[in-house]
Amino acid sequence: MLVPVQERLRQDIEGWIKSNGGDRSSLLPVLQEVQKKYSRISDYAMQVIADLLDIHPVEVHGVVSFYSFLKEAHKGRFEIRLCRTISCDMAGRDRVARQLENELGITFGETTPDGRFSLEWANCVGMCDQGPALLVNEQVFTCVTPEKVHDILAHFKKMMDINVFQQAEEH
Amino acid sequence: MSDKSDTKQAASRAPVSQRAFTVEKPKDTTGIGSQVSITIDDREIKVPVGATILDAAKELGIHIPTLCFHDDLCVAGVCRVCVVEVEGQRTLQAACAYPVTAPINVKTHTRKVRQARRHVVDLLLSKHYGECYACVRNNNCELQSLAKEYGVDHFRFGHPDAPIYDPDESSYSVHRDMNKCVLCRRCVRTCIDLQEVGVLDAAHRGVESRIETFLDKPLADVVCINCGQCVNRCPTGALKANDPTDDVWAAIDDPAKHVVIQTAPSPRAGVGECFGLEPGIPLTLEMNTALRRCGFDRVFDTNFTADLTIIEEGTELIQRLHTALVQKEPVALPQFTSCSPGWVKFIEHFYPEMLPNLSSAKSPQQMFGAIIKTYYAKVNNLDPKDIVSVALMPCSAKKFECNRPEMNDSGYKDVDYGLTTRELARMISEAGIHLPEVPKSPFDDPFGQETGSGVIFGASGGVMEAALRSVIELVCGIKVEDLYDHADIIPVRGFEGVKYAEITVPDVGPVPDILAHLVPNWDWLKGATLKVGVCHGTANAKKVLDDIRAGGKFSECHFIEFMACPGGCLGGGGQPIPTTAEIRAARARAIYSEDDRSEVRKSHENPAVLELYGKFLTDGPCGEMSHKLLHTGYVPRGKYIP
Ligand code: SF4
Ligand code: SF4
Ligand code: SF4
Ligand code: FES
Ligand code: FES
Repeated sequence: MLVPVQERLRQDIEGWIKSNGGDRSSLLPVLQEVQKKYSRISDYAMQVIADLLDIHPVEVHGVVSFYSFLKEAHKGRFEIRLCRTISCDMAGRDRVARQLENELGITFGETTPDGRFSLEWANCVGMCDQGPALLVNEQVFTCVTPEKVHDILAHFKKMMDINVFQQAEEH
Repeated sequence: MSDKSDTKQAASRAPVSQRAFTVEKPKDTTGIGSQVSITIDDREIKVPVGATILDAAKELGIHIPTLCFHDDLCVAGVCRVCVVEVEGQRTLQAACAYPVTAPINVKTHTRKVRQARRHVVDLLLSKHYGECYACVRNNNCELQSLAKEYGVDHFRFGHPDAPIYDPDESSYSVHRDMNKCVLCRRCVRTCIDLQEVGVLDAAHRGVESRIETFLDKPLADVVCINCGQCVNRCPTGALKANDPTDDVWAAIDDPAKHVVIQTAPSPRAGVGECFGLEPGIPLTLEMNTALRRCGFDRVFDTNFTADLTIIEEGTELIQRLHTALVQKEPVALPQFTSCSPGWVKFIEHFYPEMLPNLSSAKSPQQMFGAIIKTYYAKVNNLDPKDIVSVALMPCSAKKFECNRPEMNDSGYKDVDYGLTTRELARMISEAGIHLPEVPKSPFDDPFGQETGSGVIFGASGGVMEAALRSVIELVCGIKVEDLYDHADIIPVRGFEGVKYAEITVPDVGPVPDILAHLVPNWDWLKGATLKVGVCHGTANAKKVLDDIRAGGKFSECHFIEFMACPGGCLGGGGQPIPTTAEIRAARARAIYSEDDRSEVRKSHENPAVLELYGKFLTDGPCGEMSHKLLHTGYVPRGKYIP
């Protein structure tokens, strides 16, 4: 990692810690901010956060590894999480899953080589009456069918292509 | 800053998720409403409000099994082995984490309770991969005892037949095998609360939970200070010290090798516990015989170099004070002791900017190593390459220390192997010796003469007391006994986490010969007040260092003793398991009684030390030769891991 990027990361974290109260309980909001802006929480970020909150890096690692929405490693720009819990399962999540894998050419747990999409399982996301449900980053899609999968992916691919989306800062 | 350590709970910095709800007990337990009655198995007792069911049961002599609970640590309440039935509560309650605030009626072994406990044990075993007969904790394992207590005769919920994790054997000191871990989180609380190092924490979730280092890196690559306190508190064999006994036996069996062992003061105060004796019975001289019977060629007493350390470190202090007070030049004060390798690595990681304060004197173990392969080899016409130097220590950090690349000033590896008390006890058993029954025998010459000052190195405050005994006599020209009854310097003794004392130099005497090359006279110390500090457990070290950073009272100290382990070496990570506050106190009594019995009780009167300066280190304390062999440098490691 280049030093100026580290420096920027540190300043960002300092700011977020301050605006979230500055003590140990600001850990989660700060992690969410880091995740949002940098698309992952790097080793260095965890150590800076620990340092500034006067806790130990391993405690931050413990929290990050606990929540599936917080990531230590780079994942795709768009993370697709398909619900695998019983209602969605019965509503046809298998067909949706197969369609996702086929279209993206990856299996669950993997990321496309171009770094655009990654595929994960999720447990119930609270949309049981409208299953199958999936999430793309923070956006929810319900009553998904294999045809809809194609539309959803096309939509996000287009977003990347015309580059209206601000690229996440890599670090 | 308060000198008294707070209650365990209030001081705990462990994550909230690993701490149970507790109620603070009233300070005064005689006032109205400060006591509450509790009935356990139809027996009634009054306890202070906030005491747990477990506390009350102990008071009544009723046994409730525990696993995640440890006397030294904050309450976690995560294992549920200690469940009991509380009348009026729908579910079973964890006795260790249930503060009594109103009269309650408790049953500790109803059918429901027995079944629940049995299930807890069965569930633990369903994830536990390990074979007791091939495990270092065989016969001293809390999981094993629970399985026995609850009559486990088959694995109701299954049992893994292959390991899930690779053991981590990267560290010189501590090995981890997470296949045996029961997730009690005692190691986590130890490393965070007692040691403030924060190497371990629970990571991931649900069935995937496990104890990890930062990013699951090997222990050798993280900030672990090798203190072994986690090993000492682990209920199972998941954590153990790196055991070199096979190599030591191989050296003993090799006729070409001359195998010497030095033994530190604390193991002799603890080793009896490994042979079923109650804590606090020293077996110093019995151990000498047993070591010879095991096949060691010479048995030396580390006290010899403890005395040497006092002379070297004391001289260094005098030099620093002279620079500051007479030459008025900037110099790093207070001076920190450097005999605890866990503490040394702690400061290297967390306070590297304070390394100049750390005495450059090596620890007694490493001084001995350097002397054995130089002076001792020469006097006895031995080739240093044929000498195998073993150190018996209460400590796992000593294993790392003897492997530090800079520790080869004799031209060879100064100390070849570090053994812990537990490992030595096993060697002795393996040789078919029942230690408490063997006859006594003395240490070998030329380093045989020990002093009481060396012995008390094992207890927190001991290094300071030993140093003060010598400094007072060498500077004031009087007997310590004139200032302190029986030369017992009580203010620096005891288990308080952080201690502070002031000693005024009443008058000065002539400069003794041994120091004549350094200072012309002591006039500059006349009427001076020597301020000293003592702390043990690196969590307390952190408090002292933060106080110094903030310019508090410890920044005005001249000399501060630091020990990485709670209680000092006698509570070291290599000592017999279990170690609790009571056991530490018993071992301390053993150590101070040895001091009491010693004929020579001051380091500078140790004839062997004086002889060494006369014959070998002829340019005196902190001279050129001693700098080459007895002093060292440190590495500013920092806490950021790349
Ligand atoms: S940790 Fe305990 S139960 Fe497990 S193998 Fe070792 S002795 Fe047996
Ligand atoms: S040896 Fe000490 S520093 Fe290392 S993990 Fe154990 S308690 Fe923490
Ligand atoms: S390693 Fe030992 S002390 Fe740590 S959680 Fe596992 S069993 Fe408990
Ligand atoms: S089961 Fe899929 S959203 Fe609830
Ligand atoms: S000992 Fe009480 S919950 Fe573990």
